[in-house]
Amino acid sequence: MIRLAETAGKLPGVVVSREYKYACSDPGQDMIVQDVRKYGLNRVVVASCSPHLHELTFRKTVATAGQNPYLFHMVNIREHVSWVTEDPEAATAKAEALVKAAVLRAAFLRELEPRRFPVNPNVLVVGGGIAGIHTALTLANANKQVYLVEREPTIGGHMAQFDKTFPTLDCAACILTPKMTAVKQHPNIHLMTYCEVGEVSGFVGSFKVKVKKYPRYIDEDKCTGCGECIEACIFKEGKTPSEFDVGLSKRKPVYLSFPQAVPPIPVIDPEACIEFKSHKCPKSCVEACGDRAAIDFTQTTREVELEVGAVVVATGFKPFDARRLPQYGYGKHPNVYTSLEVERLVNASGPTLGQVVMRDGRKPESIGVLHCIGSRDENTNRYCSRVCCMYSLKLAHLLKEKTGAHIYNFYIDMRTPGKGFEEFYKRLLEEGISCIRGKVAEVSTWPQSPAEEGKLVLRVEDTLLGAVRRIPVDMVVLSVGLEPQADSGQTGRLFNLGCSSDGWFLERHPKLAPVDTFTDGVFLAGCCQGPKDIPDTVAQGGVAAAQSLALIDKGCVEIEPVTAFIDQEICSGCQICIAMCPYTAIQFDSEKSVAALNEALCKGCGTCVAACPSGAAQQNLFLDEQLFAEVQGVLV
Amino acid sequence: MSEAFNPRIVGFFCNWCTYLAADLAGTSRMKYAPNVRVVRTMCSGRVDPQLVVWAFRNGADGVLIGGCHPGDCHYQEGNYKTLRRMGLLRTMLAQLGIEPDRLRLEWISASEGERLRDVMNEFSAQIRQLGPLETKSSVISSQSSVAQAAP
Repeated sequence: MIRLAETAGKLPGVVVSREYKYACSDPGQDMIVQDVRKYGLNRVVVASCSPHLHELTFRKTVATAGQNPYLFHMVNIREHVSWVTEDPEAATAKAEALVKAAVLRAAFLRELEPRRFPVNPNVLVVGGGIAGIHTALTLANANKQVYLVEREPTIGGHMAQFDKTFPTLDCAACILTPKMTAVKQHPNIHLMTYCEVGEVSGFVGSFKVKVKKYPRYIDEDKCTGCGECIEACIFKEGKTPSEFDVGLSKRKPVYLSFPQAVPPIPVIDPEACIEFKSHKCPKSCVEACGDRAAIDFTQTTREVELEVGAVVVATGFKPFDARRLPQYGYGKHPNVYTSLEVERLVNASGPTLGQVVMRDGRKPESIGVLHCIGSRDENTNRYCSRVCCMYSLKLAHLLKEKTGAHIYNFYIDMRTPGKGFEEFYKRLLEEGISCIRGKVAEVSTWPQSPAEEGKLVLRVEDTLLGAVRRIPVDMVVLSVGLEPQADSGQTGRLFNLGCSSDGWFLERHPKLAPVDTFTDGVFLAGCCQGPKDIPDTVAQGGVAAAQSLALIDKGCVEIEPVTAFIDQEICSGCQICIAMCPYTAIQFDSEKSVAALNEALCKGCGTCVAACPSGAAQQNLFLDEQLFAEVQGVLV
Repeated sequence: MSEAFNPRIVGFFCNWCTYLAADLAGTSRMKYAPNVRVVRTMCSGRVDPQLVVWAFRNGADGVLIGGCHPGDCHYQEGNYKTLRRMGLLRTMLAQLGIEPDRLRLEWISASEGERLRDVMNEFSAQIRQLGPLETKSSVISSQSSVAQAAP
């Protein structure tokens, strides 16, 4: 570092060059301010970490010193050099080249002003699970108008399907449904269920969002939620697997996802409804609806346009599909269940009213709960899904309570880091649950002894015993992990979000900006960012709401002036740039026969600049001369 | 070994994907060849073919352009524009006596730190194999007008 500071000191135009350990700290910034004032510096170069981390910090420092903040350039010698280079000599040489490039480039920096735009105070929350619900309520309580968009017919998300929550064992519905009702009743929340975001344009402070509203075939304004249409449906029994009960019960073509659904307005499924198929249904539902006349078979998908200043993406997760691991026999052996199915099974308002009866009608006397299905597995997902150990223990408790069966939990490692989690694990051990350390290799139905007749046999290496065991059980519960939504890539593209290698949305900084994204004004909440439990989800939803509020209440946003501009003196009017611009920010001025750029629409990609044959198009902070100088500099 | 050829490579990385992948490789402490020196642009679409030629003219042995994967561009389609420019640029480089293999375009997303490391190592090795760039200075000595504006 000392050598770097010395060589930098000899570069053309450099007045003072210093080495300091933490330039971003208060004394570090102070040093820069003092030097700028003392030597009358009009360019500042800092060689430290990534500009994504502290460029803004140093721009402010330069401004504090009384200089234009854009007369600053940052060199990334930490992430791009010292942390990735083995040979110290090579690292120093690389750092020297990058610093020289920055100094050469800095000579061409120009004074700029940030662009300021007003912020629309409305917020869009995408996803109506517990993350979206909590975010929406927090914002609405702060008197902001919130659009809560949910693609299912009801809000509630996965939490609504759960029975109890760990480690307190309070009932999920008892703590969730009041919040759902609060959403419905809140004057500041515009609830849009059965809707999906189709298109997003604009930028921080002023997003334009097109929302697709799918046909419910029931008019939300007219429907009172009495449910008489469901009663009256000519289907006496449901025939379609219920989405809410994960296929454990059947629903009718006209249905309410569950009795506490919000809004309490049924949906008609055109795939199942006879009227849509044959147009010959006596339409007893319409008759039952009577004067309310809420049923409307002619509804089509509508598009609603919203204008918001901030967006919170809370699109959640999908459970791992247990069929992908055929060795566990899900879908083959009827008494193999996924954990989400068991949540419904033990739920008092579930398909069996809380009776744990297996698909073959028996009550289980022994149950195996298999952890890490689709988690911590090289063949599926390498990450830990974080919630499975605890929910497996919870299910073990509930199953034991309801059936008295003997319960085995098969785990790789028991992960219980959380408030009251370890205590819960201890309590379960005292309740007499068998915890076996080992990953089950397969679930089979081939008996090798009379005790295994008619049972599901789990073959597992008990790693504490150091032996392979065969354990016969009546029922198997697969504790499936959490995966990104199937269409998360599409959602990511809508809002310009990056994904981690596992497909979860990428936060701006894992520690310092955990709900921010690389798109200003778009925040993350809940499992779409990574697996997490309900307390963490709610906490993150609160943070996303706070970040949105901080943005809105400031009233305006400052955007880096990276926009392009066109020197009309040089422009030949060839119009090549016009076709390049994805934002139609460039128009042809036919009077002057030159291109004209609308700065408000320009997002600063610089594609037009690269295409301009005459050099008339330029980009602030990335001028040709700046980049040419930088290239020359790195090639010392 | 002191005679070993140490290639000089200019990397033009887009701000949103490949530059972040390099940041991630850094925070993950992955080690890779130190030959690529990165110039950040907001989008790979900003990489003017002149910049590439300018790099070769100023002594680069290779040029690596990094952008977002198709469909993932922060600016919708800047990376497609970059891709389309490559064909002509490669042909032109060949005419200038520069092996087209000295120019490489890669899509590396923000989460692909490992891929970034691999590309950095691979490309450095590939350029080492090709040897130092020997251009007939007369062919590409005419400086671009913009570059001349630089003192």
